Amino acid sequence: MSFVPHTEQDRARMLRSLGLSNVDQLFEEVRAALPPGEVPDIPAASESELSHELWEIARLNGRPDRTACFRGAGAYEHYVPAAIPHLLSRGEFFTAYTPYQAEISQGTLQAMYEFQTMVCELFGLEVANASMYDGASALAEAALMAMRVTRKRRLLVTEALHPHWLQVLHTYTANVDADIVQIPTRDGVTSPDGVAALLDDDTAAVIIQNPNVFGLIEPMREVGSLLADRPALFIAAAYPIALGLLATPGEAGADIAVAEGQPLGIPLSFGGPYLGLLATRMEHVRQMPGRISGVSCDSSGRRGYVLTLQAREQHIRRERATSNICSNQALCALAATVYLALMGPAGFRTVAERSFAAAHELARKLAALPGCSLAFDAPFFNEFVLDLPLPAEDVARELWSRGLISGLPLGRWWPERRSQMLFCATEVITDAAVERLMAAMKEVLP
Amino acid sequence: MSAKTIFEKGRAGRCTTYVTPPGAPPPDLSQLPAAALRAKPPALPELTEGEVVRHYTGLSRKNWAVDVGFYPLGSCTMKHNARLAEQIAAWPEFFAAHPLRPDGSAQGLLRVMYETERMLSHLCGLARFTLQPAAGAQGEHCGMLLVAAYHADRGDRRKTVIVPDSAHGTNPATAALAGFKVRTCPSSEEGIVDLDALRKLVSDDLAGIMLTNPNTLGIFERDIQEICRIVHDAGGLVYYDGANFNALVGRFRPGDMGFDVVHLNLHKTFGTPHGGGGPGAGPVGVVETLEPYLPVPLVTEGPEGFRFEEDRPKTIGRMNAFAGSVLIALRAYVYMRLLGTAGLRDVSGSAVLAANYLKERLSTVYQPSHPGRCMHEFVLSAERQKDELGVRALDIAKRLIDLGFHPPTMYFPLTVPEALMIEPTETESIETLDAFIDAMLQIEREARESPDLLHDAPHHAPVGRLDEVAAAKSLDVRWRPDSTGEGAG
Repeated sequence: MSFVPHTEQDRARMLRSLGLSNVDQLFEEVRAALPPGEVPDIPAASESELSHELWEIARLNGRPDRTACFRGAGAYEHYVPAAIPHLLSRGEFFTAYTPYQAEISQGTLQAMYEFQTMVCELFGLEVANASMYDGASALAEAALMAMRVTRKRRLLVTEALHPHWLQVLHTYTANVDADIVQIPTRDGVTSPDGVAALLDDDTAAVIIQNPNVFGLIEPMREVGSLLADRPALFIAAAYPIALGLLATPGEAGADIAVAEGQPLGIPLSFGGPYLGLLATRMEHVRQMPGRISGVSCDSSGRRGYVLTLQAREQHIRRERATSNICSNQALCALAATVYLALMGPAGFRTVAERSFAAAHELARKLAALPGCSLAFDAPFFNEFVLDLPLPAEDVARELWSRGLISGLPLGRWWPERRSQMLFCATEVITDAAVERLMAAMKEVLP
Repeated sequence: MSAKTIFEKGRAGRCTTYVTPPGAPPPDLSQLPAAALRAKPPALPELTEGEVVRHYTGLSRKNWAVDVGFYPLGSCTMKHNARLAEQIAAWPEFFAAHPLRPDGSAQGLLRVMYETERMLSHLCGLARFTLQPAAGAQGEHCGMLLVAAYHADRGDRRKTVIVPDSAHGTNPATAALAGFKVRTCPSSEEGIVDLDALRKLVSDDLAGIMLTNPNTLGIFERDIQEICRIVHDAGGLVYYDGANFNALVGRFRPGDMGFDVVHLNLHKTFGTPHGGGGPGAGPVGVVETLEPYLPVPLVTEGPEGFRFEEDRPKTIGRMNAFAGSVLIALRAYVYMRLLGTAGLRDVSGSAVLAANYLKERLSTVYQPSHPGRCMHEFVLSAERQKDELGVRALDIAKRLIDLGFHPPTMYFPLTVPEALMIEPTETESIETLDAFIDAMLQIEREARESPDLLHDAPHHAPVGRLDEVAAAKSLDVRWRPDSTGEGAG
């Protein structure tokens, strides 16, 4: 297949205007400058052949029973209204690029402005950017931002942060002289005393995820009060759906909030593309990474939108930029914007309530199984850790052989938790799926 | 068209129910402590699905896009996006998969990732790729962290990275983000790396150099083997910014040129959509010596099929929570399979041919930054128009909008005054190229005859020329009930 429109005559005409007879002549200087090398052959397929072949490959993924997955751990199956993929598939959105020419990019720029507004509303903060790559890298950028704002290098991070997010934080800070210190947890929850004990004059930020990796609600307001009179910034990592019910990072006193935006209308996608959310207080806006859309006006006074505060960015400031971010996740941000517009305040709260209720119902049933119990007593949102009488990996394998994706065996992250499983439920879990899970668990457990 | 925001539309109490039957009783929330709850709901708009669809359809109509018309934005490779790739990425077998699924339930996805990685390695002449970075800039970041890890592993804390003055802004910004000090290398008169200047900059503190080849002037760095030799002899590594790989794909390989680390932009060379500014993908490939440092997870093939490999002791860690922009990699897989190596050769050949054709024709009235042949893009300078006619590159760009074209990249690279950087790509017909040439020549005539037509452009866009300085001065970056939107109140 080819997307090149040139006919032989077109090609000949262009070559003639250059005084050439074939295309390879355009590469003579390149060829002369390089050692000989052969590009291995990738055979071409027609669209019909490839489409058939991919259908066979798709089937290797097993049956996509989306209601029978009880796994969250940073990626969540929430219902995606059909209007979202329909709007996103408009070529005017998905085949555009970063709105460098504002006058013919008002659609993208206004959507970004609406997105920023909605993120501020979710987080209870004053200013948001137009998106980051994902929640974990947004957290790492927030940490670097806190180091710039405070000119300090110590990062206090809860032990109950998603381990992949912690790993990203380590990767991003490996070469920039940051000092990452873990805040201890008690019964799965971050200890405010632990924060108080570790806080010192060299602390740039305290990082807490709420709900934390175990699904538990963290004492956000206590941590916020501890930091109220300190130079260290409070970075809150949120689960956006939970913000339908839970106190906002702003209410808890956070200076920067980040989140994985995937639950807002973006499919699980095997891990990406996802969407990083990042917001902060106005006083820190000039240290915030990422693109920002702002209101302006044209020569006749008409309202319009432009990329603003570009003086922070790489294409102007080069090595002194606040971040190297160029493009972001605009189409994913549009998905989240449409999602929140469709849901409205009532629908958004309902998703949170139904997820909460589904998880609590599931927890009650699972904890009643012989040999099973909840690992922690603290309140949770829609994920919880179950203690099992068997190695969790064995249970997961048995459930998968019955077509069910279990909770996540925690031994992959913490060897001492190998008999624990992190379960998740959202509003898409059906009663029938829960019944299938319970029946399978009864077969598998001793 | 109205510029009302979504917040100015709808009515309190209006909503569409997506997840529960109307009238379902609210659940018992008594297990949540009061202090954990939010005081008031977020101020989201309240509309029907029909209103939301109409609002965003209205916004889409205010956008330029590849689907709308010619988009010769230099260094961005705005080519046609294959529709088969879009269709397949919308299959639930792919998009509905949880990233932490058991490997056994994701064999199709893992196979696509594995084969994508292999194809990219073949096309670049490298040992291995990671698909994890979510964008070109994150790919650069990943690549420079690999450079840092390589030196650190040898007990060598090198801190200097050389970046040419013509480089994309992301290069120096990335080097700084990865903890390096940036030294800028000047270009020669010919627009390529000045070898003497480079020799003076290298030292035993040199971690590496970041290069785009062809560079941002659309010129091939013909001394690339010598550049690699100079940097390697000093103990540094050579980084390839793949933003301009569309010029070479299927013909020449960065690995053969001597590069050690490469990032590619799948949303440029490999035809995945730009999404209005993402999501893209910036996979990173390396020579064998750097393989141990690649981020996790990597896909490997074993007796039980494909699996994610996490246990790599020297890894730099992770760039993102999961395995990267998998559905973008899937689209690039579709693109590479549709075209094959021969089709990709035709991509680079046709892209370079189209760029040279435009350059030849436009150089009659606009001054090219450098004479002679170009690769897939070239830079014109409107300095003469500015000096003689008082018309800037910005004015020319905005007038192009009136004539039905997206403007080229403006004021970049920084080394060329009044720069207009033009990249036609391989998917534009000769009729389109000719129409663009006619428009550029018409604008030059207008600049002589009625320059205000250009100063006041665009005249036929959804809004007139917008004031970016005013926007940065009185910052309005979120809607509030008292915002003065058109039609508000």
